[in-house]
Amino acid sequence: MALNIPPKKTPIKEQDPKERIHNFNEVALGYTPEEAIAEAKRCITCPTKPCVSGCPVHIDIPTFIKYIKEGNFRAAIDTIKQYNNLPAICGRVCPQEDQCEAQCVVAKIPGHEPVAIGRLERFVADWEAEQGEVKIPEIKEKKGKKVAVVGAGPAGLTAAADLAKMGYDVTVFEAFHKPGGVLIYGIPEFRLPKRIVEREVEYIKKLGVKIMTNVVIGKSIPVDELLSEFDAVFIGVGAGAPKFIGVPGTNLNGVYSASEFLTRVNLMRAYEFPEYDTPIIVGKKVAVIGAGNTAMDAARTALRVGAEKVMIIYRRTEKEMPARLEEYHHAVEEGIEFHWLRQPKEYVGDEEGNVIGVRCAVMELGEPDESGRRRPVPTGEEDFIEADMVIEAIGQQAQKVLLDEFPQLKKNKWGYIDADLETGATNVKGVFAGGDIVTGAATVIEAMGAGKRAAKAIDRYLSGEWNPWE
Amino acid sequence: MPHKILRKRKLAHLVHDFVVEAPLVAEHAKPGHFIVVRLHEHGERIPLTIADVYPEEKAFRMIVRAVGKTTYELCMMKEGDEILDVVGPLGKPSEIEKYGRVLLIGGGVGIATLHPIAKALHEAGNEIISILGGRSAEYVIMQEEFKKFGEIVITTDDGTLGMKGVVTDAMEYLVKERGEKFDVAWAVGPTIMMKFAALKGKELGIPKVWVSLNPIMVDGTGMCGACRVTVGGEIKFACVDGPEFDGYQVEWDELMRRMTQYKKKEEEAFKRFLEKVGDVSWL
Ligand SMILES: Cc1cc2nc3c(=O)[nH]c(=O)nc-3n(C[C@H](O)[C@H](O)[C@H](O)COP(=O)(O)OP(=O)(O)OC[C@H]3O[C@@H](n4cnc5c(N)ncnc54)[C@H](O)[C@@H]3O)c2cc1C
Ligand SMILES: Cc1cc2nc3c(=O)[nH]c(=O)nc-3n(C[C@H](O)[C@H](O)[C@H](O)COP(=O)(O)OP(=O)(O)OC[C@H]3O[C@@H](n4cnc5c(N)ncnc54)[C@H](O)[C@@H]3O)c2cc1C
Ligand code: FES
Repeated sequence: MALNIPPKKTPIKEQDPKERIHNFNEVALGYTPEEAIAEAKRCITCPTKPCVSGCPVHIDIPTFIKYIKEGNFRAAIDTIKQYNNLPAICGRVCPQEDQCEAQCVVAKIPGHEPVAIGRLERFVADWEAEQGEVKIPEIKEKKGKKVAVVGAGPAGLTAAADLAKMGYDVTVFEAFHKPGGVLIYGIPEFRLPKRIVEREVEYIKKLGVKIMTNVVIGKSIPVDELLSEFDAVFIGVGAGAPKFIGVPGTNLNGVYSASEFLTRVNLMRAYEFPEYDTPIIVGKKVAVIGAGNTAMDAARTALRVGAEKVMIIYRRTEKEMPARLEEYHHAVEEGIEFHWLRQPKEYVGDEEGNVIGVRCAVMELGEPDESGRRRPVPTGEEDFIEADMVIEAIGQQAQKVLLDEFPQLKKNKWGYIDADLETGATNVKGVFAGGDIVTGAATVIEAMGAGKRAAKAIDRYLSGEWNPWE
Repeated sequence: MPHKILRKRKLAHLVHDFVVEAPLVAEHAKPGHFIVVRLHEHGERIPLTIADVYPEEKAFRMIVRAVGKTTYELCMMKEGDEILDVVGPLGKPSEIEKYGRVLLIGGGVGIATLHPIAKALHEAGNEIISILGGRSAEYVIMQEEFKKFGEIVITTDDGTLGMKGVVTDAMEYLVKERGEKFDVAWAVGPTIMMKFAALKGKELGIPKVWVSLNPIMVDGTGMCGACRVTVGGEIKFACVDGPEFDGYQVEWDELMRRMTQYKKKEEEAFKRFLEKVGDVSWL
């Protein structure tokens, strides 16, 4: 091949693992302009642009990368923002290895890594923030119609921003005291600094969106009232409710859901106790159950709040693990131990009711299941893992506070809202939904994509072009 | 939007009665509901019961007993001060209907929690007898309010008012000595009191004793599981499935253990707080 493309991605500077396990500062430090330009030059601007189809919101990737090559960072960020309202966030947390980068033509050359699209996206978004004032697009004429958005996660915030830009009068209701959803209470500071989420929220407010925190729709405001006060409603309440395996000992002291542990630390800043009032008690030996992104976040957070040893217990193996590879590597570098093929059967407690360990069934892999992954089956052997804190991170389920108060809204068999994936339309007139509350726990970019599609559909509905309930 | 303390008055040593502005709470609260407050940017989220509402003032009432850092700090706030966050109303409302004869058992600030329930049961046409218990006379709050709903029987640990003893003694007295019959009961107060009131209720043949649990909470909306309790052998989240449950089904010892989880940290925070604010004996 005549092209002379460096086979590896331009490395990104990272905090040394030995240091970073003692702080909450960001792990990956970002590209300099020179590094970004060098990385952008690895892109061959291929005509087929398969990366674009790998992106859930179809960002025109080759064009923004071309602008970076030319040093025109302003044009690069403007290009991204036509498709994605939250690039600084997506550049950090998207699973690019399964999306745009998985399709990259450069990676088809033997021995080559794909172009580091995520890092480039992050670079230009951060570059823009450093320029001071972020550009506020001109708002078209006011439509004189009101839209309510329930939940200030990525789905709700994206829908709100797009609708505001179209000229709608948008109010976002958020149950917590801070907007951001999982970006604020779930994903830790060292992966996604909260100031970045706050920056994006400020931008959305400048578009004229009203954000009402501490309002639980269904409780603080009944559903009927919401429906009668607004012309359309978008529901993006997420899948934040924790699931427990339900083995004996689940209610022992020292057993947490990942949601509780991460909420205490991230949202309530328990790592700064007693400066902040919310306490957390971290064990010396912490067992995290599960091997998804949430488990990695919980494990790496436990290390940073002072655990001496952190173990991940997973019933399958490294190959089936759902976490992003990058996060797994970070966890390994930080010294987290992995116990594969172990399924908790009981959390064992002392006489005071404090957890002292996990009794596990030793598993082996059998036939593939519906997901195509080989199913773990018990071997009959058992294993005891000592731990004075257990964090269950086996998955989330639908957030029910609103759904319980909204029985007319149709749900699917998993308890999520039954909404059209293209438009977000539900069975109730004027009510749209998107994000994790429709798909089950997914990704930030997919939630955003759903918010964007719903905003378009809401606009068509409110302007009288389209009405699926007729 | 911060929430102004419109009125505040001391009911007893460390027990304070607040009226706080919160339009959405005032408009939508039902008996049995609670709110979550966060006092300031560094504050934790704590649940408190809505003791009454004043829709014309867009305000609600809460009665707080100072037991640790956050509740002391709250009780030290003055009229006109602002509470940063108030979220609610939360939880499932009480099951109010016409049962017939109802026994209400309140201990300490649990009496405040019981107040809106009593009011609603009274309006629904039930005959009510209330047992109000406290450590001593001073702590038996809201006596006049409860008299409006029917007979009240008072117990104090030290005998400074009413019967000397605890609420379960008054339950025995009413059922065994006076031959009263009840169709249902509510017991609200310290966990240990609710546990024994439920045991006593069962022994005395009361068909059901509702209790209002107070596990440690964080969000109060079903998102964390901190508040989980075992009821009828199943894990329930008190903030969304409760806080009221059938007292005969609750695993009390587990609940009491879970409530002490943060004891060391709470003591540490409280000690540090006292060092900062000095003498609080006046509170
Ligand atoms: C620990 C963790 C790590 C993750 N890591 C990644 C990652 O690296 N990359 C990635 O792409 N994805 C990741 N995800 C998944 C991703 O965060 C979610 O898919 C995404 O946040 C879903 O967005 P959403 O807007 O649908 O819901 P959410 O982000 O859950 O937001 C919903 C919001 O609605 C609010 N709400 C709920 N009920 C009500 C109500 N009744 N009234 C008002 N407000 C209400 C909630 O408080 C919340 O703020 C992670 C998830 C977790 C938990
Ligand atoms: C549904 C519900 C309704 C309540 N209603 C009232 C009320 O009307 N009036 C009143 O005075 N108290 C009420 N409480 C109890 C009140 O929430 C606690 O006293 C308060 O949280 C203690 O905080 P602290 O920092 O002052 O004390 P700490 O020193 O932190 O704790 C003292 C004790 O309070 C409990 N507690 C601590 N943190 C929490 C928390 N975040 N959530 C719940 N309990 C906690 C613990 O069991 C602890 O042992 C209620 C609790 C619940 C769950
Ligand atoms: S307080 Fe978090 S689930 Fe109940």
